[in-house]
Amino acid sequence: METAAGVEACLPIRSDMDLVWVRQHVRQAAAQLGFGLVDQTKLVTAASELARNTLVHGGGGRMEAAHVVRGRVNGLRLAFADDGPGIPDLDRALTDGYTSGDGLGMGLGGARRLVHEFAIDSAPGAGTTVTVTSWAVRPPHPREVV
Amino acid sequence: MTHGFPPPATGHVPVLRLGDVLLVTLQGDLHDSAAEQLQQDIGEAITRNRAAGVVIDLTGVEIVDSFLGRVLAEIAAKARLLAAETVVAGMRPAVAITMVELGLYLPGLRTALSTEDAMRLVGGGYADTVARPGGRRPGSP
Repeated sequence: METAAGVEACLPIRSDMDLVWVRQHVRQAAAQLGFGLVDQTKLVTAASELARNTLVHGGGGRMEAAHVVRGRVNGLRLAFADDGPGIPDLDRALTDGYTSGDGLGMGLGGARRLVHEFAIDSAPGAGTTVTVTSWAVRPPHPREVV
Repeated sequence: MTHGFPPPATGHVPVLRLGDVLLVTLQGDLHDSAAEQLQQDIGEAITRNRAAGVVIDLTGVEIVDSFLGRVLAEIAAKARLLAAETVVAGMRPAVAITMVELGLYLPGLRTALSTEDAMRLVGGGYADTVARPGGRRPGSP
Protein backbone atom coordinates (compact mmCIF):
# COMPACT_ATOMS: atom_id res chain seq x y z
CA MET A 1 0.00 0.00 0.00
CA GLU A 2 1.40 3.39 -0.95
CA THR A 3 1.88 6.02 1.68
CA ALA A 4 -0.03 9.25 1.53
CA ALA A 5 3.11 11.36 1.29
CA GLY A 6 2.78 13.75 -1.61
CA VAL A 7 -0.98 13.24 -1.77
CA GLU A 8 -2.29 15.14 1.25
CA ALA A 9 -2.27 18.87 0.67
CA CYS A 10 -4.25 22.06 1.09
CA LEU A 11 -3.81 24.37 -1.89
CA PRO A 12 -5.13 27.93 -2.19
CA ILE A 13 -7.39 28.82 -5.13
CA ARG A 14 -7.00 32.56 -5.58
CA SER A 15 -5.98 33.05 -9.21
CA ASP A 16 -5.92 31.21 -12.54
CA MET A 17 -2.28 30.44 -11.75
CA ASP A 18 -3.49 28.44 -8.73
CA LEU A 19 -5.69 26.37 -11.07
CA VAL A 20 -2.50 25.19 -12.74
CA TRP A 21 -1.07 24.07 -9.39
CA VAL A 22 -4.32 22.30 -8.47
CA ARG A 23 -4.27 20.35 -11.74
CA GLN A 24 -0.61 19.42 -11.32
CA HIS A 25 -1.11 18.26 -7.76
CA VAL A 26 -4.16 16.14 -8.60
CA ARG A 27 -2.34 14.61 -11.57
CA GLN A 28 0.67 13.65 -9.43
CA ALA A 29 -1.38 12.40 -6.49
CA ALA A 30 -3.60 10.27 -8.75
CA ALA A 31 -0.57 8.79 -10.52
CA GLN A 32 1.03 8.00 -7.18
CA LEU A 33 -2.11 6.22 -5.95
CA GLY A 34 -2.15 4.00 -9.03
CA PHE A 35 -4.86 5.62 -11.15
CA GLY A 36 -4.75 4.66 -14.83
CA LEU A 37 -4.22 7.30 -17.50
CA VAL A 38 -7.91 7.76 -18.38
CA ASP A 39 -8.96 7.94 -14.71
CA GLN A 40 -6.17 10.44 -14.02
CA THR A 41 -7.38 12.57 -16.91
CA LYS A 42 -10.99 12.44 -15.69
CA LEU A 43 -10.07 13.38 -12.15
CA VAL A 44 -7.77 16.23 -13.19
CA THR A 45 -10.47 17.56 -15.52
CA ALA A 46 -13.10 17.38 -12.77
CA ALA A 47 -10.71 19.15 -10.39
CA SER A 48 -10.12 21.87 -12.96
CA GLU A 49 -13.87 22.46 -13.36
CA LEU A 50 -14.49 22.52 -9.61
CA ALA A 51 -11.48 24.72 -8.81
CA ARG A 52 -12.64 27.19 -11.45
CA ASN A 53 -16.10 27.26 -9.85
CA THR A 54 -14.45 27.98 -6.50
CA LEU A 55 -12.52 30.83 -8.08
CA VAL A 56 -15.21 32.35 -10.30
CA HIS A 57 -18.40 31.79 -8.30
CA GLY A 58 -17.01 31.44 -4.78
CA GLY A 59 -14.56 34.33 -5.02
CA GLY A 60 -11.63 32.01 -4.22
CA GLY A 61 -11.06 29.32 -1.64
CA ARG A 62 -9.00 26.17 -1.28
CA MET A 63 -8.71 22.53 -2.24
CA GLU A 64 -7.90 19.82 0.27
CA ALA A 65 -6.62 16.52 -1.07
CA ALA A 66 -6.70 13.35 1.01
CA HIS A 67 -5.73 9.73 0.52
CA VAL A 68 -8.62 7.41 1.40
CA VAL A 69 -8.63 3.63 1.52
CA ARG A 70 -11.50 1.18 1.12
CA GLY A 71 -10.48 -2.42 1.57
CA ARG A 72 -7.39 -2.70 -0.61
CA VAL A 73 -8.33 0.06 -3.02
CA ASN A 74 -6.72 3.50 -2.88
CA GLY A 75 -8.85 6.55 -3.42
CA LEU A 76 -8.30 10.26 -3.77
CA ARG A 77 -10.72 12.63 -2.08
CA LEU A 78 -10.75 16.29 -3.09
CA ALA A 79 -12.70 18.97 -1.24
CA PHE A 80 -13.19 22.39 -2.87
CA ALA A 81 -14.33 24.98 -0.35
CA ASP A 82 -15.15 28.66 -0.63
CA ASP A 83 -16.81 31.27 1.57
CA GLY A 84 -18.72 32.81 -1.31
CA PRO A 85 -22.43 33.52 -1.72
CA GLY A 86 -23.43 29.84 -1.88
CA ILE A 87 -25.72 28.20 -4.42
CA PRO A 88 -29.42 29.03 -3.99
CA ASP A 89 -30.78 26.24 -6.21
CA LEU A 90 -28.57 23.14 -6.20
CA ASP A 91 -30.72 21.09 -8.57
CA ARG A 92 -30.59 23.80 -11.18
CA ALA A 93 -26.83 24.31 -10.73
CA LEU A 94 -26.27 20.61 -11.46
CA THR A 95 -28.24 20.73 -14.70
CA ASP A 96 -26.21 20.62 -17.91
CA GLY A 97 -26.41 23.86 -19.80
CA TYR A 98 -27.31 25.91 -16.78
CA THR A 99 -24.73 28.61 -16.25
CA SER A 100 -24.55 31.68 -14.11
CA GLY A 101 -21.24 32.71 -15.67
CA ASP A 102 -19.87 32.72 -19.19
CA GLY A 103 -18.83 29.05 -19.39
CA LEU A 104 -20.60 26.28 -21.22
CA GLY A 105 -22.60 25.31 -18.14
CA MET A 106 -20.83 21.96 -17.90
CA GLY A 107 -18.91 22.64 -14.68
CA LEU A 108 -20.84 20.97 -11.87
CA GLY A 109 -22.92 18.42 -13.74
CA GLY A 110 -19.99 17.48 -15.94
CA ALA A 111 -17.57 17.15 -13.03
CA ARG A 112 -20.06 14.87 -11.27
CA ARG A 113 -19.97 12.45 -14.20
CA LEU A 114 -16.17 12.29 -14.13
CA VAL A 115 -15.83 11.06 -10.52
CA HIS A 116 -17.10 8.09 -8.55
CA GLU A 117 -18.60 9.98 -5.60
CA PHE A 118 -19.87 13.54 -5.50
CA ALA A 119 -21.28 15.56 -2.62
CA ILE A 120 -22.15 19.22 -2.43
CA ASP A 121 -22.82 21.29 0.65
CA SER A 122 -24.04 24.82 0.13
CA ALA A 123 -26.48 27.35 1.46
CA PRO A 124 -27.10 30.97 0.48
CA GLY A 125 -24.55 33.12 2.29
CA ALA A 126 -22.73 30.14 3.80
CA GLY A 127 -20.25 29.24 1.08
CA THR A 128 -19.97 26.05 -0.93
CA THR A 129 -18.00 22.85 -0.42
CA VAL A 130 -17.89 20.24 -3.17
CA THR A 131 -16.30 16.93 -2.19
CA VAL A 132 -15.44 14.31 -4.80
CA THR A 133 -13.82 10.90 -4.45
CA SER A 134 -12.49 8.54 -7.08
CA TRP A 135 -11.03 5.07 -6.63
CA ALA A 136 -8.01 3.63 -8.36
CA VAL A 137 -9.65 0.44 -9.51
CA ARG A 138 -6.98 -1.77 -10.98
CA PRO A 139 -7.69 -4.28 -13.69
CA PRO A 140 -7.63 -7.88 -12.40
CA HIS A 141 -4.21 -9.48 -12.31
CA PRO A 142 -3.51 -11.27 -15.58
CA ARG A 143 -3.55 -15.03 -15.25
CA GLU A 144 -0.19 -16.66 -15.78
CA VAL A 145 0.18 -18.57 -18.97
CA VAL A 146 0.72 -22.26 -18.25
CA MET B 1 4.02 20.38 -1.41
CA THR B 2 4.61 22.01 -4.73
CA HIS B 3 8.21 22.95 -3.99
CA GLY B 4 10.69 21.58 -6.43
CA PHE B 5 8.35 21.39 -9.42
CA PRO B 6 9.27 23.42 -12.43
CA PRO B 7 7.02 26.46 -12.79
CA PRO B 8 4.13 25.69 -15.15
CA ALA B 9 4.35 27.00 -18.66
CA THR B 10 2.45 30.26 -18.61
CA GLY B 11 3.97 32.38 -21.32
CA HIS B 12 2.13 33.26 -24.44
CA VAL B 13 1.70 30.64 -27.13
CA PRO B 14 3.54 31.30 -30.40
CA VAL B 15 1.58 31.34 -33.66
CA LEU B 16 3.74 30.07 -36.54
CA ARG B 17 3.04 30.64 -40.23
CA LEU B 18 3.62 27.77 -42.68
CA GLY B 19 2.59 28.82 -46.17
CA ASP B 20 -0.97 30.08 -45.81
CA VAL B 21 -1.63 28.04 -42.67
CA LEU B 22 -1.10 29.12 -39.06
CA LEU B 23 0.27 26.45 -36.74
CA VAL B 24 -0.32 26.68 -32.99
CA THR B 25 1.19 24.07 -30.68
CA LEU B 26 -0.29 23.90 -27.19
CA GLN B 27 2.03 22.36 -24.60
CA GLY B 28 1.37 21.21 -21.06
CA ASP B 29 -0.85 23.18 -18.75
CA LEU B 30 -2.22 26.32 -20.30
CA HIS B 31 -2.92 29.33 -18.14
CA ASP B 32 -6.43 30.81 -18.62
CA SER B 33 -5.05 34.23 -19.53
CA ALA B 34 -2.62 32.68 -22.04
CA ALA B 35 -5.57 30.90 -23.69
CA GLU B 36 -7.50 34.16 -23.97
CA GLN B 37 -4.45 35.98 -25.34
CA LEU B 38 -4.07 33.22 -27.93
CA GLN B 39 -7.59 33.89 -29.27
CA GLN B 40 -6.63 37.49 -29.98
CA ASP B 41 -3.24 36.58 -31.45
CA ILE B 42 -4.78 34.09 -33.87
CA GLY B 43 -7.40 36.56 -35.05
CA GLU B 44 -4.76 39.18 -35.75
CA ALA B 45 -2.41 36.66 -37.39
CA ILE B 46 -5.16 35.44 -39.75
CA THR B 47 -5.84 38.96 -40.99
CA ARG B 48 -2.19 39.96 -41.19
CA ASN B 49 -1.09 36.84 -43.10
CA ARG B 50 -4.34 36.28 -45.05
CA ALA B 51 -4.20 32.74 -43.67
CA ALA B 52 -6.59 30.14 -45.09
CA GLY B 53 -6.28 27.70 -42.23
CA VAL B 54 -5.41 27.31 -38.56
CA VAL B 55 -4.02 24.07 -37.18
CA ILE B 56 -4.04 23.66 -33.40
CA ASP B 57 -1.78 20.83 -32.22
CA LEU B 58 -3.04 19.30 -28.96
CA THR B 59 -0.49 16.45 -28.80
CA GLY B 60 1.09 17.90 -25.66
CA VAL B 61 -2.18 18.75 -23.87
CA GLU B 62 -3.13 16.54 -20.92
CA ILE B 63 -6.64 17.82 -20.27
CA VAL B 64 -9.29 19.90 -22.04
CA ASP B 65 -11.79 21.28 -19.56
CA SER B 66 -14.88 23.34 -20.41
CA PHE B 67 -12.83 26.55 -20.38
CA LEU B 68 -10.25 25.36 -22.90
CA GLY B 69 -13.02 23.66 -24.88
CA ARG B 70 -14.83 26.98 -25.15
CA VAL B 71 -11.61 28.72 -26.20
CA LEU B 72 -11.05 26.16 -28.99
CA ALA B 73 -14.65 26.48 -30.20
CA GLU B 74 -14.41 30.28 -30.19
CA ILE B 75 -11.11 30.29 -32.05
CA ALA B 76 -12.71 28.12 -34.75
CA ALA B 77 -15.80 30.35 -34.93
CA LYS B 78 -13.78 33.55 -35.18
CA ALA B 79 -11.42 32.06 -37.76
CA ARG B 80 -14.47 30.99 -39.81
CA LEU B 81 -15.71 34.58 -39.89
CA LEU B 82 -12.26 35.60 -41.13
CA ALA B 83 -12.49 33.00 -43.93
CA ALA B 84 -10.08 30.51 -42.36
CA GLU B 85 -10.69 26.85 -41.48
CA THR B 86 -9.57 25.51 -38.10
CA VAL B 87 -8.50 21.92 -37.49
CA VAL B 88 -7.60 20.55 -34.05
CA ALA B 89 -4.94 17.84 -34.32
CA GLY B 90 -3.45 15.12 -32.17
CA MET B 91 -5.92 14.97 -29.29
CA ARG B 92 -5.01 12.19 -26.85
CA PRO B 93 -7.57 9.35 -26.50
CA ALA B 94 -7.90 9.93 -22.73
CA VAL B 95 -8.71 13.58 -23.42
CA ALA B 96 -11.40 12.67 -25.98
CA ILE B 97 -12.99 10.14 -23.59
CA THR B 98 -13.04 12.68 -20.78
CA MET B 99 -14.45 15.50 -22.93
CA VAL B 100 -17.41 13.39 -24.04
CA GLU B 101 -18.20 12.33 -20.45
CA LEU B 102 -17.96 15.95 -19.43
CA GLY B 103 -20.55 16.75 -22.10
CA LEU B 104 -18.12 18.69 -24.25
CA TYR B 105 -18.83 17.43 -27.79
CA LEU B 106 -17.80 20.57 -29.72
CA PRO B 107 -19.57 19.43 -32.90
CA GLY B 108 -18.37 22.42 -34.92
CA LEU B 109 -14.72 21.58 -34.46
CA ARG B 110 -12.85 19.78 -37.24
CA THR B 111 -10.25 17.29 -36.05
CA ALA B 112 -7.34 15.28 -37.42
CA LEU B 113 -5.20 12.58 -35.84
CA SER B 114 -1.91 14.24 -36.69
CA THR B 115 -0.64 17.69 -37.55
CA GLU B 116 0.32 16.47 -41.03
CA ASP B 117 -3.24 15.28 -41.68
CA ALA B 118 -4.54 18.60 -40.39
CA MET B 119 -2.24 20.60 -42.69
CA ARG B 120 -3.57 18.62 -45.64
CA LEU B 121 -7.18 19.17 -44.51
CA VAL B 122 -6.88 22.94 -44.42
CA GLY B 123 -5.51 22.85 -47.92
CA GLY B 124 -2.06 24.17 -47.19
CA GLY B 125 -0.01 22.95 -50.14
CA TYR B 126 2.88 23.22 -47.73
CA ALA B 127 2.14 19.88 -46.07
CA ASP B 128 2.73 17.92 -49.27
CA THR B 129 6.23 19.25 -49.58
CA VAL B 130 7.28 18.23 -46.07
CA ALA B 131 5.13 15.18 -45.36
CA ARG B 132 6.83 11.82 -45.58
CA PRO B 133 5.44 9.54 -48.27
CA GLY B 134 3.10 6.77 -47.17
CA GLY B 135 1.08 8.92 -44.78
CA ARG B 136 1.90 6.72 -41.82
CA ARG B 137 0.38 7.97 -38.59
CA PRO B 138 3.00 8.88 -36.01
CA GLY B 139 2.85 6.54 -33.06
CA SER B 140 1.12 3.71 -34.90
CA PRO B 141 2.83 0.34 -34.62
